[in-house]
Amino acid sequence: MKYVDEYRDGKMAKQIAENISQAVHSDKTYHFMEFCGGHTHAIFRYGIPDLLPNNIKMIHGPGCPVCILPIARIDSAIELATEHDVILCSYGDMMRVPGSKRRSLLKAKADGADIRMVYSCADALTIAKDNPDRQVVFFAIGFETTTPPTALIIQQAQKQQVNNFSVFCNHVLTPSAISTILESPEVRDMGLVPLDGFIGPAHVSTVIGSQPYEYFAQEYQKPVVIAGFEPLDVLQAILMLVKQVNNGSAIVENEFTRAVTAEGNLKAKNLVADIFEMRSEFEWRGLGLVPYSGLRIKAKYQAFDAEKRFTLQPSKGRDNKACECPKILRGVKTPKDCKLFGTKCTPENPIGSCMVSSEGACAAYYSYGRYQL
Amino acid sequence: MKNNPYSQTLDLKNGRVEMIHGAGGKAMSQLIEQLFVARFDNPILAQQNDQASLQLPTGKIVMATDSHVISPIFFPGGDIGSLSVHGTVNDVVMSGAKALYLSCGFILEEGYPLADLVKIIDSMAKAANEAGVQIVTGDTKVVEQGKGDGVFINTTGVGVITDNIERGANKIKPGDKIIVSGSLGDHGVAIMSLRENLTFETTIESDSQSLHDLVSTMTEHTPEVCCMRDPTRGGLAATLNEIAQQADVGIQLYEDDMPIKEQVKSACEFLGLDPLYVANEGKLIAFCPEEKAEALLSVMREHPQGLDAAIVGEVFADDNNFVQLKTSFGGMRMVDWINGEQLPRIC
Repeated sequence: MKYVDEYRDGKMAKQIAENISQAVHSDKTYHFMEFCGGHTHAIFRYGIPDLLPNNIKMIHGPGCPVCILPIARIDSAIELATEHDVILCSYGDMMRVPGSKRRSLLKAKADGADIRMVYSCADALTIAKDNPDRQVVFFAIGFETTTPPTALIIQQAQKQQVNNFSVFCNHVLTPSAISTILESPEVRDMGLVPLDGFIGPAHVSTVIGSQPYEYFAQEYQKPVVIAGFEPLDVLQAILMLVKQVNNGSAIVENEFTRAVTAEGNLKAKNLVADIFEMRSEFEWRGLGLVPYSGLRIKAKYQAFDAEKRFTLQPSKGRDNKACECPKILRGVKTPKDCKLFGTKCTPENPIGSCMVSSEGACAAYYSYGRYQL
Repeated sequence: MKNNPYSQTLDLKNGRVEMIHGAGGKAMSQLIEQLFVARFDNPILAQQNDQASLQLPTGKIVMATDSHVISPIFFPGGDIGSLSVHGTVNDVVMSGAKALYLSCGFILEEGYPLADLVKIIDSMAKAANEAGVQIVTGDTKVVEQGKGDGVFINTTGVGVITDNIERGANKIKPGDKIIVSGSLGDHGVAIMSLRENLTFETTIESDSQSLHDLVSTMTEHTPEVCCMRDPTRGGLAATLNEIAQQADVGIQLYEDDMPIKEQVKSACEFLGLDPLYVANEGKLIAFCPEEKAEALLSVMREHPQGLDAAIVGEVFADDNNFVQLKTSFGGMRMVDWINGEQLPRIC
C-alpha cells in the first residue's frame, strides 16, 4: 500500500455516494460540520459536494491552524524578524497571512528580514546550530498534530544547549474550539445553526485519540465520526453520520481506525505535558478569546520561550469589521453571504481568516468552487 | 610590435571568475575566446563583432527571450546551460517556427569556479547543437561576490515561420481538444528534491529538452494545430489559465487522463503540492480541432518526445474563462490561477 491514491477510488466513491443517497430521509436536511481544514480541502479538492444529495449541507469549521491565528500574533512574529534581528523560521503556509496594515512574513522578508521557510521544526534547530551568532526563533503554530514535534525540539535544544534557539508558541487545542462553537448562542439557544453532527479531526486524533470527543457526543447530543483526510474517508464518515442521525444516536465513531486509537499517542501526549501548559485564554481569529484553548511553554523551559527572551510590543491589530469569518466559522453564514468575498477579499489579497490558507472555507470556495457561485 | 594577448593563462581547472573578466580588457577577451567562441564554435560568433548579422529564410520572424536563475545550477537531467537553450528554443518553436539563432548574456558572480563555467558552456553548446541553433552573439558581466547566485543566463532566440500559418491563443475555438506531450511535473519535483532543507531521494530527472523536432513533426502532419505552449513555471494550471483568458474561453480537464508519474504524485503528496502547478521544461500543450485530435495524438505518440502524450481536456465557451477539472473521484473543481509560489500545507 502506497497511501497515495488507494483512498481516492472513483468507483468506490460512487458506491458510497449511492449508499448515502439511499440512507438519507428526503424530508430532512442534514447539517454536518467538518472541523478540520484538511477535510475542507479534501471536500473541495475532490469535488465531494457533487456526489452528495442536496439535503446534506457541509459547514466548514475553524480547524485551519493558519487561518485562526489572530493578527496580533502575526504582528509579533513580524516584529521578532524585523525589530529583534532574529532568523525567524516558519512553516510555508504561514508566509502569506496578513497581519496589521496587510503586512505578512513574505513582505517583511522582501523588506530585508531574515525569514526562512522550513518543512520541519528540526530544520529550525539545525539553522540555530549553523548560526551560533544569531538568535533563531521557530514560529510554532498548529493544533495537537504539530505540538509534539515542537515539544521534542525544545527538549533537544535544552539537551544540546542550543542557547540561541527559542520558540514563539502559538499551539492551540481542538476540543476547546469545538466547545466554543457548541456553546455559541446561535447553536445552543437560538437554534439558528442546525448542527446535526461532526466529522472529527484526522491527524489531531492520532495524537489525542477518540476519547476527548465523548464529552461532546454526550453533553451536546451530537454524533461525532473521526475520519481520515482522504476523500473516501470523508464520504464514509458522512454515511456514518447520516445513519446515526436517522437512528437518533449520538456517539463517537472512528472511521480512521488505520491511524486513530481511543487513547491516542501516549508518548506524544506525555511529551507535550512535560513542555507545555494551558494559557487561561487565547485569541482565535474568527472566534475571539477562547478559554483554555492555547498552550505556552512551561517555566522550566522558559529559556527557550521567545515571548520571555524578547520584549514584544502589544499589537492593536483588529479584523476588518465587514468580514463575516466569525459567522462563517460557526456555520451561521456561508462565504457567499459575505460582502467582501471574491471582491475585496481574495486569495491574492485576503482580508479575513478563512481566505488566508487553502484550507480556509472562503479560500476553498473561491479557488475550487467559484464556478458554481 | 604585435599587440599581445593577455599574458596570464586561463586556469580552467582551478581558476575562478574575477572582476577583471568583466572589465572589458584583455582578460575578458581571453575568457570570451577560450570559453565562448571556442566552445560555441560557429562562423558568425567567430567574427566577434558587437552584433551578429543573419541571413534568414523567407517567412515571419519570431523572437523570444528568457532569463535563467535556477538554483541548484546543476540538477538531475540538466543544468542552467542546457536549460537556457531549451527554454528559449521551446518558446520560439511553440509558434510553429523553426529556431535558428540564439544570443546569450551571462551574469557571473566573482569567485565562481571556471571549471563549473566550462561545464555549463559545454552543456549549452551541446544543447544548441542538438536543437539545430547557433549561438551567434553574447555578453558577459561580472558582479561582486554576494551580488549574484553563481551564474545567471539570458538567452534570446530568433526563428522563422515558414509554413505561413499563424498560431496562438486567439486561434482557439470552443470544441478544440487539449493534448499534453507527456508526464507532468518532472522538472519541478527534480529541482525540489535538491533544494536546501528539502532533500529527499528520487530518481526523477528534469524533463528539460528542446521540443523543436516534436513540434515540426506535429505541424507537418497536422497543420491545423492552432496553439502550442510549454507549461513551465506554474505548470499546466498556470499556462491553461493564461490561455483561457487570452482566448476568452473556458477549459474542461479530466484528472483520469493526466499523465503524471507515480514518483511525482508521491513527492507532491508528502510536500502538500498539486502536480498540475509544478513546472515542466520539456513538455508542450497543444490545442487542435476535435476532428484532428486523435490523428495528432498518434503522431505525437510515435515521436520519442511524445510517447506518453494524452488528450487531457477540451475547450468550451465560458465568459468567466474558468479552468475546471473533473476529478478521478467523480466531482468537479476549479483549477485556479496560482497565487505566488505553491506553499506547502501544514496539515
